[in-house]
Amino acid sequence: MTTTAGKLVDPAFLIIAGLILTGFSGVPGLFLKNAAAFGQKLATAFACVGALCGLAGAFSTIASGETEIFVVNWSLPFGPCEIGIDPLAALFLLSVFLISGCSAVYANGYWPAAKLPATSRALCFFIGILSASMALLIIARNSVFFLMAWEVMALSAYFAFTVESGNAEVRKAGMLYLVCTHAGTMALFVMFILLRTMTGSFQFASTASLNPLAPGAAVIFFAALFGFGMKAGIMPLHIWLPAAHANGPSHVSAMMSGVMLKMGIYGIIRIISLFYPVPTWWGAVILGLGIISGVTGIISAIGQNDIKRILAYSSIENIGIITMGIGAALIGQSIGNQTLVLLGMGGALLHVLNHSLFKSLLFLGSGALIHSVGTRELNRMGGLARRMPRTAPLFLIGAMAICGLPPLNGFISEYLLYFGFFSGVKDGAAPILLGMGLAVTALALIGALALACFVKVYGVAFLGAPRSAEAEQGHDAPWQMPAAMGLLALCCLAIGLLPQYAAHLVQPAVYAVFPSLVAAGSGITTQAPLGWIGFIGTALIIVAALLAAGYYRRLKSIPPASATTWGCGYLQPTVRMQYTSTSFAEMLVRLFRGTLQPRYALPKITGFLPASAGFSSRIPETVLDVVILPFLRVTGIVFSFFRRLQNGEQSLYVLYIFITLVLLMVWAH
Amino acid sequence: MTDILIHMLLTIFMPPLLLGVIGKTKAAFAGRVGAPFLQPYYDLAKLIRKGSVFSDTTTWIFRAGPIITLAATLVAALLIPLGNHLSPISFAGDMILFAYLFALGRFFTTTAALDTGSSFEGMGAAREVTFACLAEPTLFFALMTLSRLSGSLSLSPMLTTLSLSLWFSAGAALLLLVGGMFIVLLAENCRIPFDDPTTHLELTMIHEVMVLDHSGPAFAYILYGAALKLFVLGAFFIHIALPLKTGNAILDWGVFILSMLGLAVTIGVVESIMARLRLLRIPQLLVAACILSAFSMLLILR
Repeated sequence: MTTTAGKLVDPAFLIIAGLILTGFSGVPGLFLKNAAAFGQKLATAFACVGALCGLAGAFSTIASGETEIFVVNWSLPFGPCEIGIDPLAALFLLSVFLISGCSAVYANGYWPAAKLPATSRALCFFIGILSASMALLIIARNSVFFLMAWEVMALSAYFAFTVESGNAEVRKAGMLYLVCTHAGTMALFVMFILLRTMTGSFQFASTASLNPLAPGAAVIFFAALFGFGMKAGIMPLHIWLPAAHANGPSHVSAMMSGVMLKMGIYGIIRIISLFYPVPTWWGAVILGLGIISGVTGIISAIGQNDIKRILAYSSIENIGIITMGIGAALIGQSIGNQTLVLLGMGGALLHVLNHSLFKSLLFLGSGALIHSVGTRELNRMGGLARRMPRTAPLFLIGAMAICGLPPLNGFISEYLLYFGFFSGVKDGAAPILLGMGLAVTALALIGALALACFVKVYGVAFLGAPRSAEAEQGHDAPWQMPAAMGLLALCCLAIGLLPQYAAHLVQPAVYAVFPSLVAAGSGITTQAPLGWIGFIGTALIIVAALLAAGYYRRLKSIPPASATTWGCGYLQPTVRMQYTSTSFAEMLVRLFRGTLQPRYALPKITGFLPASAGFSSRIPETVLDVVILPFLRVTGIVFSFFRRLQNGEQSLYVLYIFITLVLLMVWAH
Repeated sequence: MTDILIHMLLTIFMPPLLLGVIGKTKAAFAGRVGAPFLQPYYDLAKLIRKGSVFSDTTTWIFRAGPIITLAATLVAALLIPLGNHLSPISFAGDMILFAYLFALGRFFTTTAALDTGSSFEGMGAAREVTFACLAEPTLFFALMTLSRLSGSLSLSPMLTTLSLSLWFSAGAALLLLVGGMFIVLLAENCRIPFDDPTTHLELTMIHEVMVLDHSGPAFAYILYGAALKLFVLGAFFIHIALPLKTGNAILDWGVFILSMLGLAVTIGVVESIMARLRLLRIPQLLVAACILSAFSMLLILR
């Protein structure tokens, strides 16, 4: 291994040390058969130290803005294995290390090894491998090495979230995930092979060096969109996502939603950054996909009643927002609108970081809810803010952040995106105005729908009166869980109140994607006055504090009385009369029934004294249940004759291999 | 400096007067004398001095709701230019913050409503967030049209460059915008035909039903916040509908105050001559408003 810099503590050294520590964090536990609790503590310590090393390395890479390249000489026939750490990679590494550290701490309370020794060992091991493989694929600069890390990531995530494989639903979700992830990887094989025919090597080409009009470039583009989009969960390719996120342990869901989906985004950005000048239609396609994912993702989320499925669908929405930013930036580049490029990509990348913060926070919070109530069903929760005083405010911060409300971090990235889109609206030609106008409208709609969705989640889970005996008995989580969540909430608040510094995190990464911006000398903070946003956020908190002080002085002078909730004259209200998750969403579900296809089982009431009747409603996963599964069923019938080839006799299989080899040799000659 | 002071004073003291004018107009239509113009001020003063009752199911969210909603509205009031005068705080992209501050208020009003566990308040919260989903795109269409017309990305220049001469050159677009924004103004402020603040049937209300359980100073905050929201969104609307300019700073303030009072009278007239719409019709009207402002954006496409 040859290093480019001889510094004592090189950022790259820190990152690789962090990667190795995280990757091996679960290994000692495997050998500590009788001391699972100690193994978990050891894994937590390793993961935390690894995370700190990795974060330090990533921060200093961003601060210096430099790219470091290493070449590892391996004996595989795919050319030298190059490892590169640039600000773009470092930005994604931030979320990998931060979330893996937090979920390691969280696991001590959520999945204690003392109670669940066997699965805890497996979880520690696979989460460590998952984090390390994601870090590896981010820094890989060789297609084959990238794909290896990609596969390790895909499989370790599978083993981590199917750790409770005794449950049939978990196995089903796992199978769906495996099929989808490999379909995506297949597209990546196609893409990397075509890239090799373009560049002549498996090394990644340097940024902006390939011609997007060359033959095959469009295929590369679509293969990348399919392969990486499958992992990221862009709308028609999202089918694996809700089941996988809902059925895993919550900290694994946090890792998957907060970090693993972003690997798809990373891949799309990295591959597109190789091409210059990108044609406008590439940007338009990505923008369109983003709008579709964003709007349909959040509409689907509103209809769900399972808290983790809601969070999973909202991940699709947020991936949509990120994708919209990428598409707008590419459009901006092709029409020469610097503001749009800078703020579109800057907003998208900041949203990558922000989403990993608040979505992980919310998934960890949903774990605390499940830990307390023992169900994912929102309609069985209620009144938990009183019973979980530590979790409730943290979850509230996450819910506010994901709605993009000031003064939290979600607003900052959405503000940058809006600003970029508006700059296209202000002085773009007619088609640009229409495209950006559509993006602004979609983002406004997404914002309002996300607010509806998370008011529902927070209101139904935490507020009101308990809807079930389990919720009545709800209890707060052990300290490790709120501690991990608290750190994430603090990050949300810090980015929201000091957005100009967050812009400095993102800006070098934007320059890494669009090197031409460096020469133009435009920065995010010079375009968008983020200092003002931070100022207004602080002012908002001060005004609220003053009003609260005035209010509490009044309350002190006249002590408040206590009563039951006003029932509008009705004297016997019960908790079952409260608005539920289903009824809260009912109007919106009906508005969007064309997309959601809700199914209702209505009771038949006949006669004067009808028998007891039931009502149920369900919102299916439209793309999977209505399009893909019927298609696969028909394909299965049409191609059933192929099954005769698979008759279970091993000698026959050896014959197949032999025939294939002979054919290949004939073809090669 | 004087202008900033006048802005602050008007923002703090004028909003309840609008409610008084609306009430008086409605009384005049009904042939009554009606409450005095200053009645909302008396109400607020009385509520502030009253005690509070809290439901057993509520948590701190219920108490934080009115406070944060009012704080967000107050901060939003700093961003809106009044009449021909620039706002105290103005920067590029402030219109996005403006829109999202109201969203922050909505978040806390609706969560505070859900905190009571009352089915009526849940109903109100569900309606509020649903209708907001239809009103929000309308507002952003309007903001896009205005930023295109003015070539700026900040509320103050965006709204103060509108002038009567623009009505001659881009009249059709502005007319559609006025229609769309008037509907949003009525819907966001829970006026007839969307919501009836004076009805006595909780089943049909939106905003009032969400605040049923609030009492005392908290209710004063809510009433004042609602008046302030009407004032701020009204000022936004006045810029588009009546972009009058005299060139004299003091006269401009006078024009602004008169046009705001005129707007209050108009709302009072609308409330007197219309009935509340059926709940199912409301989304249709909001979608119509959205389409109006979308068309206005298309019309300025040059």
